[in-house]
Amino acid sequence: MHNLTIAEQIKGLKNKDFSSQELTQHYLNRIHDSKLNAFISVTDDIALSQAKEADKKIASNESSILTGIPYAHKDIFCTQGVKTSAGSKMLDSFISPYDATVTKKLNHENMVMLGKTNMDEFAMGSSNENSYFGPVQNPWDVSKVPGGSSGGSAAAVAARISPFASGTDTGGSIRQPASLCGITGLKPTYGRISRYGMIAYASSLDQAGPMTRTAEDAAIVLNAMAGFDPNDSTSANKSVPDYTQGLTNNLDGLKIGLPTEYFSEGLDSGVEKVVMQSIKEYELMGAKIQEVSLPNSVHAIPAYYIVAPCECSSNLSRFDGVRYGYRCEDPKDLNDLYLRSRSEGFGEEVKRRIMIGTYALSAGYYDAYYLKAQKVRQLISEDFKKAFKKVDVIMGPVSPTAAFDLGSVKDPVSMYLADIYTLSVNLAGLPGMSIPAGFSNQLPVGLQIIGNHWSEELLLNVAHQFQIRTDWHNHSPADC
Amino acid sequence: MTWETVIGLEIHSQLRTKSKIFSGASTAFGSEPNTQACAVDLGFPGVLPVLNEEAVKMALRFGLSVNADINKNSIFARKNYFYPDLPKGYQISQFEIPIVGNGSIDITLDSGENKTVGITRAHLEEDAGKSIHDLYDDFTAIDLNRAGTPLLEIVSEPDMRSAKEAVAYAKKIHALVQYIDICDGNMQEGSFRCDANVSVRKQGEGLGTRAELKNINSFKFLEKAINIEVERQIDILEEGGSVVQETRLYDSIKNETRSMRSKEEANDYRYFPDPDLLPVAISDELLLEIKKELPELPTEKKLRFVDTLGLSHYDAEVLTSQKEVAEYFEEMIQQGADAKLSANWVMGDLSAALNKSQLEILDSPITSEELFQLISRITDNTISGKIAKDVFKLMWEGKGSVDEIIEKQGLKQMTDSSAIESIIDDVIANNPDQVQQFKDGNSKLLGFFVGQVMKASQGKANPKQVNQILNEKLS
Amino acid sequence: MSLDNKKVKEIAYLARLNVQDSEIEQTASELNNILSLMDKLGDIDTGDSEPMAHPLKMSQRLREDKVSEEDMSKEFQEIAPKTGKGHFLVPTVIE
Repeated sequence: MHNLTIAEQIKGLKNKDFSSQELTQHYLNRIHDSKLNAFISVTDDIALSQAKEADKKIASNESSILTGIPYAHKDIFCTQGVKTSAGSKMLDSFISPYDATVTKKLNHENMVMLGKTNMDEFAMGSSNENSYFGPVQNPWDVSKVPGGSSGGSAAAVAARISPFASGTDTGGSIRQPASLCGITGLKPTYGRISRYGMIAYASSLDQAGPMTRTAEDAAIVLNAMAGFDPNDSTSANKSVPDYTQGLTNNLDGLKIGLPTEYFSEGLDSGVEKVVMQSIKEYELMGAKIQEVSLPNSVHAIPAYYIVAPCECSSNLSRFDGVRYGYRCEDPKDLNDLYLRSRSEGFGEEVKRRIMIGTYALSAGYYDAYYLKAQKVRQLISEDFKKAFKKVDVIMGPVSPTAAFDLGSVKDPVSMYLADIYTLSVNLAGLPGMSIPAGFSNQLPVGLQIIGNHWSEELLLNVAHQFQIRTDWHNHSPADC
Repeated sequence: MTWETVIGLEIHSQLRTKSKIFSGASTAFGSEPNTQACAVDLGFPGVLPVLNEEAVKMALRFGLSVNADINKNSIFARKNYFYPDLPKGYQISQFEIPIVGNGSIDITLDSGENKTVGITRAHLEEDAGKSIHDLYDDFTAIDLNRAGTPLLEIVSEPDMRSAKEAVAYAKKIHALVQYIDICDGNMQEGSFRCDANVSVRKQGEGLGTRAELKNINSFKFLEKAINIEVERQIDILEEGGSVVQETRLYDSIKNETRSMRSKEEANDYRYFPDPDLLPVAISDELLLEIKKELPELPTEKKLRFVDTLGLSHYDAEVLTSQKEVAEYFEEMIQQGADAKLSANWVMGDLSAALNKSQLEILDSPITSEELFQLISRITDNTISGKIAKDVFKLMWEGKGSVDEIIEKQGLKQMTDSSAIESIIDDVIANNPDQVQQFKDGNSKLLGFFVGQVMKASQGKANPKQVNQILNEKLS
Repeated sequence: MSLDNKKVKEIAYLARLNVQDSEIEQTASELNNILSLMDKLGDIDTGDSEPMAHPLKMSQRLREDKVSEEDMSKEFQEIAPKTGKGHFLVPTVIE
């Protein structure tokens, strides 16, 4: 059952090959047997009760497409009555009193929540080593990282212990773990999916998205996740098309741009080989390849690592031990309450980014850092605008290397530098995907597909066609 | 050594919307603690703000009322600091680009002169919750009902030169925000809060260092606080010291200002545009619509009272200072009441009675129709002005309508000339000495005769006729 | 821009984070390392570019002024670290 895609599971439920309860119990068993540490909470009782309800709905023909399909929810989404930790000690005790809009939407479809997945603390990290609940292992090689911050979600889907997992992407946190774990991940256009109830890291960059094995599955789930939300001022009031409709369009004549800057030094040769082979595949489909230039790409790193910390330093001020979350023991006075609750509740990377952000916004530095970064952001956005006048999609690597050893990258800056190919996309608010494209030294390598604003249909089409002609997305780690 | 006082006021006016500025929780005053603080107000992880359209409209009403520039794309910014009644650890406010820009308002000084006070800006922001220190010995209790209530912060130019001017300005703004129905002006409940920035300088010099005075909840205390602070600063400067730029709390019991132990030692608010909110776009159509809906403003109304109704500037100023009073007065005029007489009665007897009973004019036991009827009976000579005061008192006590009281008490004025003449003849006949003295030149005795006639007629004789006939008979 | 220990302490306090004296050197060094990455921003010629606060060109949506939230004080206070008499409690604050 776990080797079926969502599309296939939907058929299976419809044809009564199995029930949602059977499917759910199957996954719950696999989760409990797994040592990947992909989950922070496993919600067996809730899952089984939701599955029971789903089966009822299917039997009485009151179901929707995704009814009864199990999923894993990144622990950054608030789930009413269920622990929502954002991977942090600060929220280890936080039982959310309300549901995120995304949670509500998936519940509305009568999907089945298997549990909350592990993640880098407050979405800050690229390896899932920054979690209070321990690191997650890459199912392809348990000595390696799965990527981050949606490491738990990526590992869960890759290891076939969940057919779909929700993720969030602020600087690459869906695409990079998808690449390192050999699955399909989509970060839609900023504003496509509601941020209400999604614990904020960097408000102008955060976006939720599906992590699945195939593009078709991603399209099915995106239909359910996307849409305008009046509770989110940054949610776009744009109708949601049926993302499964355009999947089989012909790609003959598709203009693909390869950014010069993404294929320079620093890119591992094994990764480069896989990416170039994928591009050849597209040429065989009739696509036309040309070079484009995104001259300001290299500035994405300093721009992102100013904007994101600035926004998060403010977003995380609400964690003060007063109304919810971690409070230190016996605070002597107000300052003690703040200082110790926050210092004891937050991990090192989070504290670093808060301090960077606080500094960059402080008196005298605002112009040089924050304002300057936002101007660079404009330049990066314009680079893409110019490129999209010449091409339909842009392709390239997701990460300079395949998965690296757990504990091998200790220096934060080295970790930041590896985000080079993904950050620009968030800064410009564009949609981007990572799809399995091959292997380097037996570790998965993803191909990044970037589109213009609101081009999710095209991206899914481009991804799907690749997945018809190749079978990288069907590979699974040894023990699956 | 002539010191000049320089004062600027920052007024926080709570906007009377039904729901909060960024959430759908209620803004009603006086509820049980924390029962009107929703997830957004409490700053739970993941919550987001959505802007209340009425708050925007109210801000625009204010801007148009003070002839201010309106910023067509204003930005919300975060003001970051830590305090337990500030749930998110930042206040959503406006910094570089507020919704309302430069404007001005005229105030009338005691001398009768007009002065224009500049308004630097007015911006929208959210109110914080309340910290209660006396509920527990070892804890401060936090009530977040107020968190998220919309505020309009109105910042004046440092144009005021005395505590009296500052009070006049504050009162003018207080009246205006109630007039245009954006604030209930209730200073006891904290709907209208004034902070004063006070500094002194020698004539001709640049601005001195200012102190910000907070915790002032009445106009009386505003005047006292400013005056005592000016004294304090002058004392320091005359001894060769310098004024520290700081926030000071006014203690109304000791009548002094005290340095506030700062909420956060380093006041670095790290303002930046709030990424959860987008620029607020104001269309020309919206401005036009709001302009059309604006009621006649106090200044316009006052001029109309002077030009059309012939009232004095002073009377017009008093009658237009409160919207409800102006409305009461205008209702009387609409029914045909004499303007001057109505003005006298509203500002005089009615006002005195309301004050004594501690009532607002809206709760007056005598309606505008009833007061109109009363003064109609004066103008149609049914009763004299003096008797009318007695009738007023009885009406106030609910003893009946004007005509019912006049009838019951037999208060009708005596206007029959022959009846008056006959009383006058009796008075003259009974007081020959005084008559002689009067004819010899003591004209003050006319009052005596009038008094006697009034006594004999139980006050009902028409005073005008009495005077006229007396003069004829005594000449 | 290079941070000295004093500045690190100031920033930490602004953010209400504790940096122990024993950790200050290391924290300063880590932060400086990261900041040297950011300082590259200074070399970029942004010309007269407008700062981009949001990726989408949208204006703020306005919400109708009506009460839409019910009283959930009980549920909310259940998950609070310390409450009393319907209030959230913190150590006494002296103003």
